[in-house]
Amino acid sequence: MSEYKSGSNLEKVLKSGQFAFTGECGPPQGANVEHLREKAGHLKGCVDAVNVTDNQTAVVRMSSWAASLILLQEGLEPNFQMVCRDRNRLAIQSDILGVYSMGIRNMLCLSGDHQKFGNHPDAKNVFDIDSMQLIHTVKTMRDEGKFLNGQDVDVPPRLFIGAASNPFAEPFDFRVYRLAKKISAGADFIQTQCIYNMAKFREFMKKAVDMGLHEKCYILAGVTPMKSVGMALYMAKQVPGMDVPDSLIQRLRGAGKGKVAEEGIRFALEQIEEFKEMEGVAGVHLMAIEWEHRVPEIAERAGVLPRPAV
Amino acid sequence: MIVAQPKPIKEVLEMVRDFKKILVVGCKGCVTVCNVGGAKEVGVLAAALRIAGKRSGRDIAVHEHTLERQCDPEYVGELEETIHDYDAVISIACGVGPQFLSERYPGVRIFPGVNTQFMGGAEAHGIWSERCAGCGTCVVHYFGGLCPIARCSKSLLNGPCGGSSNGKCEISKDVECIWDTIVRKMMEQDRLDELVEFKPPKSWSTARDGGPRRMSREELVK
Amino acid sequence: MSEFKPRILAFCCSNCASSAAKVADGMKKALPDNVRMVQVPCTGRIEILHLLKPFEEGADGVYIAGCQEDSCQYVSGIAQAAKRVAHVKKILEELDIEPDRIHLFNLSAGKGQEYVEAAYEMVDTVKNLGPFLPA
Repeated sequence: MSEYKSGSNLEKVLKSGQFAFTGECGPPQGANVEHLREKAGHLKGCVDAVNVTDNQTAVVRMSSWAASLILLQEGLEPNFQMVCRDRNRLAIQSDILGVYSMGIRNMLCLSGDHQKFGNHPDAKNVFDIDSMQLIHTVKTMRDEGKFLNGQDVDVPPRLFIGAASNPFAEPFDFRVYRLAKKISAGADFIQTQCIYNMAKFREFMKKAVDMGLHEKCYILAGVTPMKSVGMALYMAKQVPGMDVPDSLIQRLRGAGKGKVAEEGIRFALEQIEEFKEMEGVAGVHLMAIEWEHRVPEIAERAGVLPRPAV
Repeated sequence: MIVAQPKPIKEVLEMVRDFKKILVVGCKGCVTVCNVGGAKEVGVLAAALRIAGKRSGRDIAVHEHTLERQCDPEYVGELEETIHDYDAVISIACGVGPQFLSERYPGVRIFPGVNTQFMGGAEAHGIWSERCAGCGTCVVHYFGGLCPIARCSKSLLNGPCGGSSNGKCEISKDVECIWDTIVRKMMEQDRLDELVEFKPPKSWSTARDGGPRRMSREELVK
Repeated sequence: MSEFKPRILAFCCSNCASSAAKVADGMKKALPDNVRMVQVPCTGRIEILHLLKPFEEGADGVYIAGCQEDSCQYVSGIAQAAKRVAHVKKILEELDIEPDRIHLFNLSAGKGQEYVEAAYEMVDTVKNLGPFLPA
């Protein structure tokens, strides 16, 4: 157990050198535990860990830690996400101890979408610390057994630290350095923003591999299957930092009525095949939001089942 | 300088609807420079109030005065002889003005005629934007002379975030992503090593978070 | 019911609008007698306060008569005036006053007919709006 930083299932799969496959599940906009259990149920056995989002797009949902605990109860391994928008360093350190003590072993450290996007745009935003500093905080608590103020933590939380990377945001040239910075700050694994521009991603990965980043940290490529042309257009135009090539939009258009979702899945499967062979990519993070019931099929067709038992 | 925005006239009218003798007080400082609270604007607001009064058949008197500044007791003191003649005083200085007036003349009803917004400067004639959030520990030299606390929507010290797009912030196409500017500038100046250096969490104790602040120059205090 | 004769104040630039006035004079066309004229070197000189004061003093309507945007002798004077008129319209709206009580006319130097028509148009508009002050 001491060879592992956290002993989480995800860590064990990655450390064993096997191709990791993670999923995502958003908590409900209410206390609808049944619906959460049902969504999570689809993912069981198909993924190594499940991302549980934290008030994503600044829309209030059941807290990430609570939804993560429910997933634990269902026999799934959560990737507990925390954003910097809603909590100060006291609440952050406090929640880190809380989730660890309740059995959570993976934590994804994010900045968080600005509250202007969400359903409570009048809220004060916190951003006491940023995502880089959050990664560093978890690492300090885990490896040095210290709080941010230097005081000792009586039982250090042993969490597997994750972070996000957006290879497509600007300035493009700086993105790989920012990834390197997150790894130095303590990130053990990275999940990228969903990828559509494969050429640009290959370019990014080449730089990352040249810098040896893949040896210090596990990089998982983000995949979100396009369900419709409308979704592709929306992602291309309305979502900041998203790069959707015209060729993909044309391909989806050409699929014909009623066949677009299938074409979207086919594209995702092609991507997964390439990622399996791509140097530096340790796995795939599948974000099939509100499409969890299709994950078992996608996992099957991607040839990633059964998931390894470690 | 401090930049403010005029309150909607309707809102100001509502504030003083029960009063008959009103004084509008301007300030020759920051609010004159950003064209919301100087003598000219005092004239316009006063005229608007009078017009509203006439139109609704209300007999109101609106007088005008502009002080050198409303943030110094010496200037605020100039109103001593006259201010008590009024039922209501509208200050169109920044948020400091109405408070200094309220503190000096506790018996007088003081109303704010502008919404104070930020510390900033003019980008072009007629356009002002935010530059400083008054965090109390200036670190702009670490970021190529630009401030991410005030100008990054998330106040990131290790930016940019993943929402930066075409040099604009994710919250609006009208907001510059200051991290895009910082990174480009420093990369051009071959200062990548400074950019990848980890910036630890900021102490907000010197900002407003630490409580209302005070600054003094001991050698000047009598 | 007595006939309402609106009191109108007109600001006129010494260039286009005044030339038009001379032509109108020559054509023996007169301005209505309830329109009072104030001549300014250029309409760009007119401040927001100048446009509000007449209403305070009992005017029912105010207009500016100046050059076309591309023939302003001082280049951007009329454009500035247009912005200020727009601003005053907003102020009037905020005060629940009809924004049409203020207007800007772009005239040409030789068009005496237009000059007179502008005045009559304004009188007509304001007449329909009624007196500025309640009876």
